[in-house]
Amino acid sequence: MPGEVRIVDRPESESSYVRAISKGLGITFKHFMHADKPTQQYPDEKWELGPRWRGTHRMAVHEDGRAKCVGCGLCPTVCPVNCIKLIPAEDENGERYAAVYEIDEFRCIFCGFCQEVCPVEAIHLGVHYENAEYSRERWVYDLARLCENDHPVTALWDPADPSSE
Amino acid sequence: MEAVTGTAFVVATILKTIVFFIILLLGVALSTYMERKVAGFMQDRSGPNRVGPLGILQVMADGLKFILKEEVTPGTAHKKFFILAPALALFPATVLFGVIPLGSPLPTRWGRVDMIVADVPIGFLYVLAIASLAVYGVVMAGWSSNSKYSFLGGLRGSAQMISYEIGLAMSLVPVLMLAGNVEMPVLVSMQQSFTAGPATYGMWFILPLMLSGFFLVVSGLAETNRVPFDLPEAEAEIVGGYHTEYSSMKFGMFFLGEYFHLITTGALISVFFLGGWDIPFWQGDNIRVLADGTVIGDPTWWKTLLTLVAFTVKTTFFVVFFMFIRWTIPRFRYDQLMDLGWKVFIPALMAYIMLMAIAIFALDAAGVPVGLRFSAALFGLNFVLMVIFLFVLDRGRLVRGATARSRAVPGVAAATASEGD
Repeated sequence: MPGEVRIVDRPESESSYVRAISKGLGITFKHFMHADKPTQQYPDEKWELGPRWRGTHRMAVHEDGRAKCVGCGLCPTVCPVNCIKLIPAEDENGERYAAVYEIDEFRCIFCGFCQEVCPVEAIHLGVHYENAEYSRERWVYDLARLCENDHPVTALWDPADPSSE
Repeated sequence: MEAVTGTAFVVATILKTIVFFIILLLGVALSTYMERKVAGFMQDRSGPNRVGPLGILQVMADGLKFILKEEVTPGTAHKKFFILAPALALFPATVLFGVIPLGSPLPTRWGRVDMIVADVPIGFLYVLAIASLAVYGVVMAGWSSNSKYSFLGGLRGSAQMISYEIGLAMSLVPVLMLAGNVEMPVLVSMQQSFTAGPATYGMWFILPLMLSGFFLVVSGLAETNRVPFDLPEAEAEIVGGYHTEYSSMKFGMFFLGEYFHLITTGALISVFFLGGWDIPFWQGDNIRVLADGTVIGDPTWWKTLLTLVAFTVKTTFFVVFFMFIRWTIPRFRYDQLMDLGWKVFIPALMAYIMLMAIAIFALDAAGVPVGLRFSAALFGLNFVLMVIFLFVLDRGRLVRGATARSRAVPGVAAATASEGD
């Protein structure tokens, strides 16, 4: 005989049928009558996001609407997934700016290194997550779109305690 | 008041057919919605709530989806039967609804209109005859699809439905013995109390024939192929069972057929055991038509409406109860299903029928007149029987493991639960 068949002789309390069913019906009825459901009516009721939620990027702008980015190239360097494309340029006053600045939000892992590394506090992650698109191309955010984003920026550290001590 | 005759009868019948069919369709639509809502509530969800207020238009969205989906007929399917099967799945439940009295007679200017589409004198024999046709939809679908899964589902379905049909028919025998008539309106009036005319029991049959009602509910559940008896479509082992190969509205018809059956079963149980359209604790709605045409009671249009509501409530109760069962109990294993049908229900029903026959005969012989006392005595007997039956069923190891029966096989070691699983 290949292997042994083990027969479990269960006690009556475990093999009852009528009692078990009545108990089960009672449980479903209890849940049926319970009015409070954990369901969140999502599009109507939004999530309350924490201040440190890391979502869609936004670019900080000067008062005249120019992006604060100085094209230093630190964020594409630090980016672990290479999702930032930056081509820096220089204007007639010798100030550097980003001629092309694109973030592929599809590739992005929202680690927040770019925000952390930025010397002029230009690029930020945002407290925002609803960024569905109809095409993959739309997921590559260019500078104009990054500047247009107006959701709150992510607090990577507690403003009251910047050095996290 | 005389029943309507001539042209008025034809017009009344056509109107009744249309109105009742619309009521049934509405009921089916609502019960598909209700099932999802009830299931949602039981699982601490909210159920469909996006389409229309509270999601009530979900039904339309579903229907639209069914109609717009691509319809696939397998190349090797038997075309004729493949198309016929979904229609046959809907047909019995729909025509069964025609013999169910939905309310008290409605007095009109042209005469009395009975709230029943076809008051056939053979009453519930017709119900049994048509109910057994339901198996054809399942078998035909299973066979004509030319797929292993469908075929297995069809086989299971036929075996299950034929087995439980016996239970269904036998559980109605005590009703027949008590009521002494097979006409559905008479069955209803037998459960009411009257001061004039032949004596009645004045008590819903669920009390004097409690065990019978229990058997009918379980067999009805098996007949509708719903959990825990949904083996023909057990998705875990045979994909979708008999409707695996169906798509689009053909699948939709099987889906709707289940709800047609659900409502019809609920309505039938209400008629047989919950007094049909009778409103409890109120004698004003006790209206009946004797065989010679005399009307006892005072039919009015508002009583008809009230009794219609009462009937709807009772049917809804059973529909919701079946939903509760569906979302509570896991599916039987196939051998357990057959065990329950053949080894428990049929012998128990045979014994029960004999006991009831003896009890009714004894009560008659003892000179107890048909009435409240008669049914109270039967209720007492039934209560005792019910307790005994449930006691045995509970300890009958209905859900024991399949290996337990091989206990006697030499070389097979027995272990106790204390040794752990």
